[in-house]
Amino acid sequence: MKAMPVRILIAAVVMFVIAVLSSLVGATTISASDLFWSMLGESVLDETDRTILFQLRLPRLVVAGLVGGSLAAAGVGFQGLFRNPLAEPYVIGASSGASLGVALVIISGLRASFFSIGATTLLAMIGAIAVVMMVLVIGSLARSPSTMSLLLAGVVMSSMVNAIVSALMFLYDQKAVVILSWLMGSVANSHWGTASVAAVVGGSGVILIGLCARPLDAFALGDTASQSLGLDLSTFRWLIIAAASVATAGAVAASGVIGFVGLISPHIARMFVGSRHAVLIPMSVFVGGSLMLIADAIARTVIAPAELPVGIVTAILGCPFFLWLLLRDRRSDSTLGASQ
Amino acid sequence: MSTLSAKSLTFGFDSNHVVLRDLSLSLRRGEVLVLLGGNGSGKTTLLRMLAGQLSPDSGNVVLDDVPIDQLSRREIAKRLAMMPQSELCETAFTVREMVRLGRAAHRGWWMPLTDEDEQAVEEALAATGMQKLADRNLTTLSGGQWRRSILARSLAQQASILLLDEPTNGLDLKHQYDCLSQIRDLVKQKNLIAVLALHDLNQTAMFADRIALLSGQKVMAIGDCWQVLTAERIEQAYGIQATIVEHPVHGTPLVVPVGPTVPDFASPERS
Repeated sequence: MKAMPVRILIAAVVMFVIAVLSSLVGATTISASDLFWSMLGESVLDETDRTILFQLRLPRLVVAGLVGGSLAAAGVGFQGLFRNPLAEPYVIGASSGASLGVALVIISGLRASFFSIGATTLLAMIGAIAVVMMVLVIGSLARSPSTMSLLLAGVVMSSMVNAIVSALMFLYDQKAVVILSWLMGSVANSHWGTASVAAVVGGSGVILIGLCARPLDAFALGDTASQSLGLDLSTFRWLIIAAASVATAGAVAASGVIGFVGLISPHIARMFVGSRHAVLIPMSVFVGGSLMLIADAIARTVIAPAELPVGIVTAILGCPFFLWLLLRDRRSDSTLGASQ
Repeated sequence: MSTLSAKSLTFGFDSNHVVLRDLSLSLRRGEVLVLLGGNGSGKTTLLRMLAGQLSPDSGNVVLDDVPIDQLSRREIAKRLAMMPQSELCETAFTVREMVRLGRAAHRGWWMPLTDEDEQAVEEALAATGMQKLADRNLTTLSGGQWRRSILARSLAQQASILLLDEPTNGLDLKHQYDCLSQIRDLVKQKNLIAVLALHDLNQTAMFADRIALLSGQKVMAIGDCWQVLTAERIEQAYGIQATIVEHPVHGTPLVVPVGPTVPDFASPERS
């Protein structure tokens, strides 16, 4: 058990190393020594490279790490809440809500900004939270409100909102490509304002999920057992959904819809630290951050100087990995995601 | 020391399926009450209502003179520990980590455990014979060991009311007797209230102070073992004929199933 904090520390160091290496590569290559001296304030880079490093690449790396960490924590929260290893951050409609918000901004051509946060980011976040709130209200109106009624309400609302987004793309086909590129997810246009949204909104969600580690452990034992231990199920459900949705909204607002990171990061983390949430949550955050940094590095180097949307890279990397996990679990005859 | 009573409880999953009707029950300190009855007679439903986990359609459960639905989950858990009939086990806890969850009601979900909590955990592990297995992963335990871990967690809550739904499920014979003896000793030593749902009539006769036999949506009979475990009542509640003899060692009723409605294992070709 004492090995767990060490493993989490190693994961944090690995993520930092990946971030450093990732900052060196791209359309413009920066040497490790130049990076080192620049971080210490020395003027070893010319003005263009300094701008690339400090105004483009670093905020982008910070956003990628925060988005990955937020999605991973939200994934742990939803997988715990639904007791289902296939649950992911978008399971109750955050992505469809954000997509609708962004589609409306793009179609209306709204250019307003709020504390240097653009309308797209803001409406994505508002859309994500609004749809999740509607799901919560609909789910709680069910004849016997339960985790399952929330899940079903989420599936139905997501389908409906996605249909509205598709209809908007069909009606405003000249804007469809712009909406689609956002839907594919990217951290290419990140700046320090985006990073602050991801840090404040996503970070709040991650911290809240972290505070729910022990209730998540108790909840994993079943409804009757967790209630017997003093857990108020309805408060707990609201808290986890709020926390995971805020974490997801922060991520979606910063980078668009990025799939698979929130689904697979908790699974990878379980392979190293097991399923106790006090260690699973921080481990997942670092795994998610590392995955996003790697995916982003691939996205901006594989067809350089052009870039792939990072969401495509995470899906291409994530699908085979998930299949491998599935086949591995079938061989070991254990439940997917419940490894020790 | 807490008190618990149920007044005129009626509960049904729908209007055509009423499980319990107008049931009242008063629990006494220092007493082991065992709920008996066939499958679906309402034992688990009654335990869950007593624990405040199911709301009755009418009537109420009163814990320490307060209707239980007015108390928070945490307040209830400090006074009342419920051991469910079954649990999920997908988290790779060690036994000790799971038993520590029993202290959440006292310490809250966010505070670290104190020495007092750790002592309660160790006592619960010792009382259930799980000390040697305390650092084993739950997923590596047998069904019986796992049940004992859950019992240990319920004891670690240090509640003065224990509601135990089939606590001996999956235990071997020795551990069944150990488990029931420990619960009985604990109830007597600490003046607790224990309500157990059991299926073994003869074990019940040995360990229960009072027995409530559930049948036909109500408590068909309540009293000591000789009052409740009669051939007539057993036939009414379980639909089998039985003869009652005196246990040669304990002097309690010994229920021996007989007659044509006894299942196949007593058929002539096997006997």
